[in-house]
Amino acid sequence: MANKQKKLLQGNGACVEGAIYAGMTVYAGYPITPSTEIAEGCARELPKLGGRFIQMEDEIASIAAIIGASVTGRKVLTGTSGPGYSLMSELFGYAYMTETPIVVVNVQRGGPSTGLPTKVGQADTMQARWGTHGDYNAIAIAPSTVGECLTETIRAFNLAERFRTPVTVLLDEVMGHMREIIELPEKGDHEVFDRVKPTVPPEEFEAFAMTDNLVSPMPSYGEGYRYNVTGLTHDVKGFSTNRTDETIQKLDKLFNKIEHFTDEIFKSRVELVEDADVVFISYGTVSRAALQAMQIARKAGAKVGSIQLYTIWPFDYEMIKRATKNCHTVVVAEMNMGQICHEIQKVLDPSKKLETVQRYDGEIITPMELLEKLEEVL
Amino acid sequence: MATTEKQKSDVMLKYLRPQKSFPSVWCPGCGNGIVMGAFIRAVDKLGYTNDEVAMVSGIGCTSRMPVYLDFNSLHTAHGRALAFATGVKFAEPKMKVVVITGDGDALAIGGNHFIHACRRNIDITCILINNHTYGMTGGQGSPTTPADALSTTTPYGNVEKHFDPCDLAKSAGATYVARGTVYHYPQLEKIITAALEHKGFSLVEVIANCHTYYGRLNRKGDAPAMLEQFKENSITTGKAKNMEASELEGKFVIGKIHEDAVKSEFCDEYQKLVEVQKGK
Repeated sequence: MANKQKKLLQGNGACVEGAIYAGMTVYAGYPITPSTEIAEGCARELPKLGGRFIQMEDEIASIAAIIGASVTGRKVLTGTSGPGYSLMSELFGYAYMTETPIVVVNVQRGGPSTGLPTKVGQADTMQARWGTHGDYNAIAIAPSTVGECLTETIRAFNLAERFRTPVTVLLDEVMGHMREIIELPEKGDHEVFDRVKPTVPPEEFEAFAMTDNLVSPMPSYGEGYRYNVTGLTHDVKGFSTNRTDETIQKLDKLFNKIEHFTDEIFKSRVELVEDADVVFISYGTVSRAALQAMQIARKAGAKVGSIQLYTIWPFDYEMIKRATKNCHTVVVAEMNMGQICHEIQKVLDPSKKLETVQRYDGEIITPMELLEKLEEVL
Repeated sequence: MATTEKQKSDVMLKYLRPQKSFPSVWCPGCGNGIVMGAFIRAVDKLGYTNDEVAMVSGIGCTSRMPVYLDFNSLHTAHGRALAFATGVKFAEPKMKVVVITGDGDALAIGGNHFIHACRRNIDITCILINNHTYGMTGGQGSPTTPADALSTTTPYGNVEKHFDPCDLAKSAGATYVARGTVYHYPQLEKIITAALEHKGFSLVEVIANCHTYYGRLNRKGDAPAMLEQFKENSITTGKAKNMEASELEGKFVIGKIHEDAVKSEFCDEYQKLVEVQKGK
C-alpha cells in the first residue's frame, strides 16, 4: 500500500481538511481568535475546489448565510469562538427548528464575555447543549488530537446530514493551534453521508413528514419541491401552527430523532476501567493529559482508568454508569468551573466519590496535576 | 385586448399556495396585499418559473408574505433575511432571490445586514414595505417613524430622527434604488419589474399604510384615507429634482432614485475568482 500523504497541521487546519473531505463547499464566517485559521483556510482552499467562501458582517450573518446555503443543498461550515458562538445562538435554534444541517466549530477560549481571547478554556460545554432558547436537543463532539480534528469534523458533517440538525465541534485554543503531523485520508477511507433526498413527486411531498427514523428527506431549493421553511412551530408541510397536537408532534420529533439514536451518535474511548479504583473522565485537550496520567499511574502500579468523551451531547448516562461500576472514585477533569461533572453527578452511584480537577485560568490541565489528584484520592 | 378578470385571477392562482389557507394574517385594507399583487405580476411578466425564485423574509407583518406564495420560501429570524438570502444566492447564483421586509426588520435589527448587502452589490431584490411602524407587535416606533409621530413607544411624540432607506441603500452601494407607494400601483409594478431585472442589489421601498396602528395613533384615518394621503404627498423624481429640500419635507419622492449599470455584481466577481483558482 502506498504511503499516505502526511501534513503538519494545526487543529484548525485539520478541521478545514475534514470539512472538505466531508464535502463542504460553502463557508461563511467572521474572524475571531482563536478560530480564524479555519476561515483563512477555507478562503484559500474553497475557490480551488469550486467552492465558496464569504466573510460576513458578523457571526449572526455567518450562521444565517450557511443555513441559506444549506437549503440549496450544500454542505456548510462556520468557525467561531465564545463571543461569536453566543451571537449565533438564536439561529442555532433556527437551524434546529427548520431541520437544516449545519456544522459550527467553536474553538473555545477563556470566558465569559471577551474573556481570555488567546487562552484556552472549555467553558462552552453547557452552552453547546443549552445555548439557544426553548426546549431542544443538541449534538456536540470534541476531538483531542489534530488527527481527530479532521476525522471528528467528518463525523460532525455525517451527523448533521444524517439527523438534519446543527452540530457543534468543540475545540479549544490549544486544540485549534496545536500542530501535529497527520496522515491525510484518501477517498473511501472514511464514510461520507449525504442527506437523504425525497423520492416522492412534489405534489405528494411533505417537507417534515414523520418517518421511521424521524428524519424527513430534504430536497434542495430549485428541485421542484418549493416547501416552506420557517422558524415558527410548523406542521408536516412546513406551515406555521398553533395547534397543541401538532406542536407536541413537532417538538417530540425534533428531540427524539437525536435522543432515540444516542447509541449511534455517542462515541467514547473507555480504557482500563474494569479493575480501576479511580477513573478519569475528560474530553478534548484534557483527555491527552488524562491518558498520560493514567499510563504513568499504571506503570507505578496504581489501578487507574479513563473515559474520554468524543460525543459530549447527547450524553450517554448509561455508559457512565456502566464504566464507573467498579471504581471507588471518579475524577472529572475539565477547563472550566465545573460543567460535565454535574452530568456525572446525576448518574454516579452515591457510594462513589466524585472529585474534580478544574482550571479556568487560561492554562491547560497537565498530567502532573492529575497525578497529584490521584495521590489524594487513592 | 383588455385583460379579463378570469386571466387576472389565473395569474394570481399560478403563484399563490393552494394548500395555504387564506385569509392572510394582514388586517383588512393592509397595503401588503397590494405589494404582493404587484410582485406576482412582475414575476409573471418576466416569465420566472416558481422553482427558480427563492423568497426570503424575516419577522413582521410583511415577512409573512413568502408563506402565501408558491416559491422556495424561507421565513427566517427577525432582521436576518438579507443574511440568509446572501447564503442562498451565493450558494446557488442561478436562483432569483427576493427579500421581502419591513422598516423595523430591515433597518433596525437588520440594519447591519442591509448596508452590507448593498455594499456587496449581491444580486438580490429587496422589497422594503415601509409603514413607519412595527405592526405585528402593535404599533411601536421604528427607524422610519417621522419626528413627533406617535407610536406606543413614543406616546409623547418621536424625539428620534428617521432613516431614509433609499438614501441609505444608495450610499451603501446598492445599484438600483426606487420608491413607490401602494397608491401608485402601475408604477409600483413597473419598478418591481425593473428591480428584478437589474443585476446587482436592488431596493424597492414601498410606502404603505398601517391604518390599524400608525394611522389610528396619528389620526390619519382608515386605509382609503391613508392611500389618498400617499397620493397627495408624493412627488415624482423628475419634479423633485428642481425642488428645495425644505419643499420636500414630509413628501415621498417616488420613481427610480438611483441606478448604476456598471458596478460589478458580487457572485459574478467570486465566480471569476473561482475560474482563476480552480484546480490550482
